[in-house]
Amino acid sequence: MKNVREDIFFDKNPWKSGSVTLTTSNRGFLQALWDFFCSLKLAIFLLIMLATTSIIGTVIPQGTPPPEYLQTISDGKYKIYQALGFFDMYHSWWFILLLYLFTVNIVACSIKRLPRVWKVISEPTLVMDDSFEKTLGLTHDFKMNGDAASLRDKMTAFLKGEFAEPVVTEREGEFHLFAQKTPYSRLGVYVVHLSIIVIFIGALLGSFFGYKAYVNIVEGTGTSVVYSRSGQKPIELGFTVRCEDFAVTFYDTGAPKEFKSLLTVIDGGQVVVDKRPIIVNDPLTYKGITFYQSSYGPAGEGGLYHFTVRERKGGAPVKLSLHPGERTLLPDGSSMQGLEAAQEVSQFVPQFRGAAARIEVTPKGGGEPQAFIVFQNYPEFDAQRGADLIFTYDGSDEKMFTGLQVAKDPGVWVVWTGCSLMVIGCCMAFFMSHKRVWIRVRKGHVTLGGSANKNQPGFQLAFDALVDKLKQQ
Amino acid sequence: MTSSMLFNIATFSYLISMLAFFTFLAVKSKHVGLAGSLASYFGFIVHTAAILLRWKESYDMGMGHAPLSNLYESVVFFAWTIILIFGIIDLKYKYRVVGAFVVPFALLGMAWAQLGMESGIQPLVPALQSNWLLYHVITCFLGYAAFAVACGISIMYLIKAGKEDSAGTTQAGGIISMFPSIKILDDLNYKAIIIGFPLLTLGIITGAAWANYAWGTYWSWDPKETWSLIVWFIYAAFLHARFTRGWVGKKAAVLSIVGFAATIFCYLGVNLLLSGLHSYGGGG
Repeated sequence: MKNVREDIFFDKNPWKSGSVTLTTSNRGFLQALWDFFCSLKLAIFLLIMLATTSIIGTVIPQGTPPPEYLQTISDGKYKIYQALGFFDMYHSWWFILLLYLFTVNIVACSIKRLPRVWKVISEPTLVMDDSFEKTLGLTHDFKMNGDAASLRDKMTAFLKGEFAEPVVTEREGEFHLFAQKTPYSRLGVYVVHLSIIVIFIGALLGSFFGYKAYVNIVEGTGTSVVYSRSGQKPIELGFTVRCEDFAVTFYDTGAPKEFKSLLTVIDGGQVVVDKRPIIVNDPLTYKGITFYQSSYGPAGEGGLYHFTVRERKGGAPVKLSLHPGERTLLPDGSSMQGLEAAQEVSQFVPQFRGAAARIEVTPKGGGEPQAFIVFQNYPEFDAQRGADLIFTYDGSDEKMFTGLQVAKDPGVWVVWTGCSLMVIGCCMAFFMSHKRVWIRVRKGHVTLGGSANKNQPGFQLAFDALVDKLKQQ
Repeated sequence: MTSSMLFNIATFSYLISMLAFFTFLAVKSKHVGLAGSLASYFGFIVHTAAILLRWKESYDMGMGHAPLSNLYESVVFFAWTIILIFGIIDLKYKYRVVGAFVVPFALLGMAWAQLGMESGIQPLVPALQSNWLLYHVITCFLGYAAFAVACGISIMYLIKAGKEDSAGTTQAGGIISMFPSIKILDDLNYKAIIIGFPLLTLGIITGAAWANYAWGTYWSWDPKETWSLIVWFIYAAFLHARFTRGWVGKKAAVLSIVGFAATIFCYLGVNLLLSGLHSYGGGG
């Protein structure tokens, strides 16, 4: 590993970074500060600090802590948590400070080491002299007949065919060939570092120029105002979004299958998006603002439950309509109340499908009220109850609202660029190595030297194969 | 033949494989070691067939989704990825004995899933109905599996380093003699982690992309997200520690084990102990 270490950082002792001792001189202090921010130990320390402190926010509820939680902690503890910003710790001053230090650390490390790495790439050692040869782990010496110029041409063709196009240098009658593969892989680490900065920039852009909001729209109505998720501040959209319809469907198990809203966008009096269905995982974007299906519920206004009541002994059925919770008198003198209704009952009563209502019937002159469920799809079901009155549910005209998350994030593409850079950088840093081969042609001797900055065992195999091929020539 | 039967055969194969590797440590016979590897490969093939069959079964039931949607399916997939990464390392580097410390993780997962979990195929809830599910789960679990292998190797490292310390500078005997040298273990640990780290990175990125697509926020400091970042920080620290004096060897091995403990917490602890958006994996 020693080899790799020195090769990557390219100085003899990168860890003992200059004069760490504080001197009274300004320059000494600045140097010490610079060295501090360049140090790898700081990087490891910050990574471990970020990892351990991040745990706090996963254990303590973030945002407004629920009262149940507050009851479990003492007053003193609450005050400490509050003071340390534990209820919004990822935005607390000390966590942000850690992130800033982390950023400065990354930038400083890269500024310090990048020029040296760049020099290895842009100004490669073209000549393998005797002292340089000794530093290489892989070398092989051949005796070869022929004059230097023809050997040079032969070797040039060999390297070009088997490895990479070489650069030829002539020095004191000797020819030096140098060829390399993927020198830019050395930049992988810096690409990853850059990607983190890019992601941070994207996140900042999003927080300054974007917003996260939500809005509830009742079916058949529209809105041009949404509310920020933090603080319920109203935000003007500049256009109107209408919810034409909301529907929820269920699996046979009663688990939800799909939440779907039909949205229409009206901009400047014109319908620009007409009844576009949005579901979870398929949002609608208009003018950089995206609407996500998030929740739903009964609008709780103007809804009527419709029922049909008939007597077991015969007679004309009676149609009834009543508001949720409203009580009404029935033909036989008893009274009924519509307690609640659902568009889809299978989530509560898995054997049944479709709409249903729970009603309560109180016998004439008081007595024990009876509550039961009636179904729209099973009109004969209530007959099995055996009572004198048979109820059928005919549905409701209760409106639903659709709950939408609304987001505008102009920084998101910057974040994705950063993410792509990170993946590319990781692959460059971990799976590619800078492979170099030198050939020296000297009076009937051909000497091969090779080095790779990563995965030496793998390169050794490639180098040995190269030597074998040369032997056969 | 149902997928459930095939999963049982795979589980049994991993049991045989683990026992063979343990025997291999004791009797040092090459054939026993080979038997351990072959048993795990056989199990892997059956396991693969079982996952594909379960996928098909979900289509037959009219639900049609990749078997990656709940705790049972994820544990089964996790075990599969562990054997996959072990197989790659076994075939590439030929340190068979590593199996004794890695196959048990897969066996544990399979045994837990087969014996202790509800294994019925359930339809996908709306939040999971996305192609991101496939990309996100596969990258995350391949990463987790690489970390599991690294953890097994680090345990070997600590056992071997500990024995060698107490036995002085001489090579320790007994079961430990079958272990690769600590230098090789250290290198294998690193190799497993450089497989895992980019995969975890991709897993976090695909998760963020999916969250952005489904909810409009790529990062919301949800416990699952935060724990995945914690894991990422730990392995990032590991990768940097390798270039620092005093952090190689034992400390690196400890960091690798801590990293895997955090990985397991990120995977299971968050769902079972904490609350958050990522609730599909819980209970199961």
